[in-house]
Amino acid sequence: MKADLVIIGGGPAGMAAAVAAHEAGVRDIIILERDNALGGILRQCIHNGFGLHRFGEELTGPEYAYRYETMVKELGIPYMLDTMVIEVSENKIVTAMNRERGIFEIEAKAIILAMGCRERPKGALGIAGTRPAGIFTAGTAQKFVNMKGYMPGKQVVILGSGDIGLIMARRMTLEGARVMAVCELMPYSGGLARNIEQCLNDFNIPLRLSHTVVEIHGKERVEGVTIARVDENRRPIKESEEYIPCDTLLLSCGLIPENELTKGAGISLDRVTGGAVVDGERETEIPGVFACGNVLHVHDLVDYVSEESVIAGQAAAKYINGESEKALVARISVDGKVRYTVPQKITETADTEVYFRVANVYRDAKIIVKDGERVILSKKAQKLAPAEMEKVKLTSEMLSSLSGNEISFSIEV
Amino acid sequence: MAKERLLTCIVCPRGCQMKITLTDDGKVEAVEGNFCKRGVTYANDECTNPRRTVTSTVVCKSGGVAAVKTENTVPKGLVFEVMKAINAVVAPDDVTVGDVVIENVCGTGVNVVVTSNGPAK
Repeated sequence: MKADLVIIGGGPAGMAAAVAAHEAGVRDIIILERDNALGGILRQCIHNGFGLHRFGEELTGPEYAYRYETMVKELGIPYMLDTMVIEVSENKIVTAMNRERGIFEIEAKAIILAMGCRERPKGALGIAGTRPAGIFTAGTAQKFVNMKGYMPGKQVVILGSGDIGLIMARRMTLEGARVMAVCELMPYSGGLARNIEQCLNDFNIPLRLSHTVVEIHGKERVEGVTIARVDENRRPIKESEEYIPCDTLLLSCGLIPENELTKGAGISLDRVTGGAVVDGERETEIPGVFACGNVLHVHDLVDYVSEESVIAGQAAAKYINGESEKALVARISVDGKVRYTVPQKITETADTEVYFRVANVYRDAKIIVKDGERVILSKKAQKLAPAEMEKVKLTSEMLSSLSGNEISFSIEV
Repeated sequence: MAKERLLTCIVCPRGCQMKITLTDDGKVEAVEGNFCKRGVTYANDECTNPRRTVTSTVVCKSGGVAAVKTENTVPKGLVFEVMKAINAVVAPDDVTVGDVVIENVCGTGVNVVVTSNGPAK
C-alpha cells in the first residue's frame, strides 16, 4: 500500500494535522488509530474547559473531539481504527496491523507522528510498601469512571497535582468518593491554578505541597498510605510522617511523550521534552517526518495541540508537493530557567511562535530572547510557572536580521 | 469598612489571581488582577451567587455510559443535587451530542445535555 501522508494517531493532534493537510491540497491521507474510535484521550476528558482559544467557546473533551471527527468525516479523510503501528522506518515505511489485514506496510511520502503521551507509571516512582489492588494512574481511573462507568474506590489519596489528578479529585468526589488529600512533591502545583480552585478548593480537598507518599499499606487492597513532608532536596522528613487511611491511590505524576516508534526510526529525541527535535515546521531530522501534539512535548491545552498540528499538517503538504528547501536559520538554546523550547531550531525566516516551559515559579520576571549578545525580544511576565506553557513570537524581521545562528532564551528575575 | 477577597478566576486556563474589594453588604466594588472583562463577571457571580458547570455521565440502556454536561452553569450549592438527578437518568443507546436528557435540572432553568455519541465502547 502507498499513501502521500500517513498520520499515526487519531487524537486531537492527528485529526487537526489531517484536516490542515487536506485543506492544503493533500488528498491521499490515511490516519491510523489504535483505539476503536477517533478522538484519543479527549474522549475520556468529559470535563469542560476545552476550545476557548480554538473555537471561542467552552467545550468538553468529547465535544472538542467530535468537532474534529466531524471535519475528518466531512472531508472524507480515510482512517483505520483498531490499527496498531508497530514500526516506522527511516525510509518512511510504516508497518501496522489490524484484525482484517494482519500485518501490512504503507509506503509514505510523508509521515506525521501524533501518538500522544503516556502517564508516568507506579514503577517509575519507587514508593515503598506493598503492591495491593487499588493503585491507578489518574488517567486510568478517568477511563474507568467516565467511559466504563466503574468507580475505582471510595476513599482516595492522590499523589501528584497534575491536571488529570485534580480533575479526578473533583470527578470522584462528585460520584460519592471521599478524596482525603492531594500530595505534591514540589512546593508548587503541577496543574493549572483554575483546577486547584474548581477541583480542590470547591470541595475542601487539601493540597499538601512538598509532600509525598512514602509507603503504601494493605495486602489484597490498599488500606492506607503514609505521607511525609519533604525537605528542599525532596527527601522525606521522618518526623512529619502521617498515616492516611484510603482504599485507592491515584497517581498524577507527569506525562511522557510516547516515542517508541520515533526512536525506532532513528530520530533523536530532546532529553528534556522526551519528544523529537524539530524545526519551526515540526519537521524531525528525517525530512518528511513531522511530529505534533503531546508526542512532541506535553501541552496543557488541547487548543495549542490543534494549533501546532496545523503547522505540521501544512508543512507535510509542502513537503509532499516538493516545496521544502531548508537551511538552518538558528538553533535555540535555553538557560535552565527556561527548560526547553519547541521548536528547538528554526529553518525558515517566517514568523515563528516558540513554545517553552520554565523550571520553577518566577514572579515579575522578564522573558529575554537574544541573538548572540543582542536582545531581540524582552517581555514582562507577572508569573511564570512550570505547569503553564508560554509562547513568544519571533517575527520574520527578527529572524531575517540575525547576526549568527544562535538564539538564546532566558528568564531574568 | 470595605472587605477584600482573593479569587482565582476559573473562566479560562490563564487562571488570573484577582483581588476583589467588597462593600459592606457584600457587593463587588472593585476587581484587580483580571486580564479580561470575563474576570469581572466571574468575580461578581462568585461573590454573590457562585455558579459551576457540572459534567458527568449517564447510564445508557445497554449498560454503557455517555458523557453529559449542564448546558450552562448552575448554582454551586446545587451541584450535588444536580449529580443526584443525573445519576437517576437512564438514557437511550442512540443518544447523540446535544440531546437533552434532563430539562430544567433541579429547577435551575438549565438543561443537561449529552456530549458524546452513544455509550462509550
